[in-house]
Amino acid sequence: MELIYGHPKSLKPIQSKYCPGCGHGVIHRLICEVIDEMGLQERSIITNPVGCSIWADLYFDFDSVQPPHGRTPAAATGVKRMLPDHLVVCYQGDGDLAAIGTAEIIHAANRGEHFTTIFVNNAIYGMTGGQMAPTTLVGQKAATAPYGRDPGESGMGYPIKVCELLSELGGTKYLARGAVNNAANVRKTKQYIKKAFEAQMRGEGFTMVEILSQCPTNWSLKPGESVEWLEQNMIPFYPLGEIKNTLEAAK
Amino acid sequence: MAEEKRLMKGNEAIGEAALRAGCKAYFGYPITPQSELTAYMAKGMIDRKRTFIQAESETSAINMVYGAAATGARAMTSSSSPGVSLKQEGMSYACGADLPLVIVNMQRSGPGLGGISPSQGDYFQSTRGGGHGDYYHIVLAPKSVQEAADLTYEAFDLAEKWRMPVMVLGDGMIGQMMEGVTFKPDRDLASLPKMEWAVGNQYKTHREIHHVTSLNLDPASFEKDINKRYERYEEIKKSEIRYEEVNLDKAELIFVAYGTSSRTCLGALEAAKAQGIEIGLFRPITLWPFPYARLAELAKKGKRFLTVEMSKGQMVEDVRLAVNGAVPVDFYGRCGGVVPSEEEILAEAKRLLGRK
Repeated sequence: MELIYGHPKSLKPIQSKYCPGCGHGVIHRLICEVIDEMGLQERSIITNPVGCSIWADLYFDFDSVQPPHGRTPAAATGVKRMLPDHLVVCYQGDGDLAAIGTAEIIHAANRGEHFTTIFVNNAIYGMTGGQMAPTTLVGQKAATAPYGRDPGESGMGYPIKVCELLSELGGTKYLARGAVNNAANVRKTKQYIKKAFEAQMRGEGFTMVEILSQCPTNWSLKPGESVEWLEQNMIPFYPLGEIKNTLEAAK
Repeated sequence: MAEEKRLMKGNEAIGEAALRAGCKAYFGYPITPQSELTAYMAKGMIDRKRTFIQAESETSAINMVYGAAATGARAMTSSSSPGVSLKQEGMSYACGADLPLVIVNMQRSGPGLGGISPSQGDYFQSTRGGGHGDYYHIVLAPKSVQEAADLTYEAFDLAEKWRMPVMVLGDGMIGQMMEGVTFKPDRDLASLPKMEWAVGNQYKTHREIHHVTSLNLDPASFEKDINKRYERYEEIKKSEIRYEEVNLDKAELIFVAYGTSSRTCLGALEAAKAQGIEIGLFRPITLWPFPYARLAELAKKGKRFLTVEMSKGQMVEDVRLAVNGAVPVDFYGRCGGVVPSEEEILAEAKRLLGRK
């Protein structure tokens, strides 16, 4: 009998610590499905962020490197430069990538480093308890924006569109934004990840897939409500699709 | 490359030694007075088809080293005091993840932006961990261009042997002065033990997966990890302590100094001899581990000490810890980038000895 759907080999068959409705589990699975399809399990290395997905090394069944908060693109640079024939996945959340690690991501992208960033954007700090993230929407409430993000008088700034920001840099070859709030978006996101990983292995340049993801716990919503909130609030501001694709295959 | 003698600046000699030691990846950021080292590595690494990156910051540079070192590659960064402060986050992580790497600090005067003249003001930061948490790492203090090259060459071996960062702690004087230096031939990397713990190449052996991390959220298990690391520190203290002794037997007073200030002390020692005064020099080469036991032994023989530093007095605290009140330990230092002269050191020694 042919197995048409099963647990990815690269993902350990254990229960995760992520909250019910959290998007990290789905995203982990998508990464592992693609790695399995490409036959790269023993040739993959993940560099973990600091945040909820600091747990990643519990779940991914391949080597991992854990750098300090936000420094992941710098460490991934070191790893990939030494092991250019490996798949290096740089997993980052919005605080890690778009706040404390802003310099690292911009310069790694601009150098055209040959790793793939998986940027999980849930518009909130998860691990530390729901503080405002650089990607928190205007008006969205957070532990450190109790009356909602206010770019005006309170000077809280505006949500950062990372794909669009990086798209100006010469080193970036593929920047796509997906979401994991419904089955159609999950499938599309997987295609983006596969394209990015394949481009990485061809050594084309910097690739990143931003993934809009739910955080029901810190959004104070039920899991079912959170996928709707993402659809209604995040997608209109963070448009889905391939924001930049200058890969050879696209030409 | 075969053995070779050249006239070189300290910074460039460190670069040449690192290339010969088989450094596979260098990541740096320009800062005076060590910028020649970054430039030397740029050309040397590119010519040898190895990895060189001018990073966007010192913070990024040390984290690139962290990533490269995680793969078991010989990796290095260098900077000067303010830049090394920025690297301390990465140093804490590398020590927590037991990663071998080499870091060079050509000290300038601080605190803050301070000045660009030579200083020994980073002794505390270098020998007490420097970042957060319980840890130490080996610190080597060269006194000359030759020793800067030799210690850098050896630092890679020590880092791998003990699985920890090794710091070469010089100062602007060591970095900027030119001296003759003989380089060792290229290190035979094939003869070295394999980094069995490193990430990557799992497909070759199908081994268990490896995690390079400093994270452990279980207090009891984390305490065990740290205790194990401290057992390793005890082994290092038994086998890696180095120092140089000059004219101790007849000495009425012993200078304790490292790096550049030890050179000046040596001049003062010779000038004293010409005046019929016997002074010795005790020069720690490893600042961590520090030669406490040897200094305690000398104190038991009734020797008194004058510690000389280009700082307000940092190593002198270790000398006092070693001596534990047995004999007087005096201090003479200049700071802010001022290098003490032989004359003023000799004058201070004579004052302490009650000589004219």
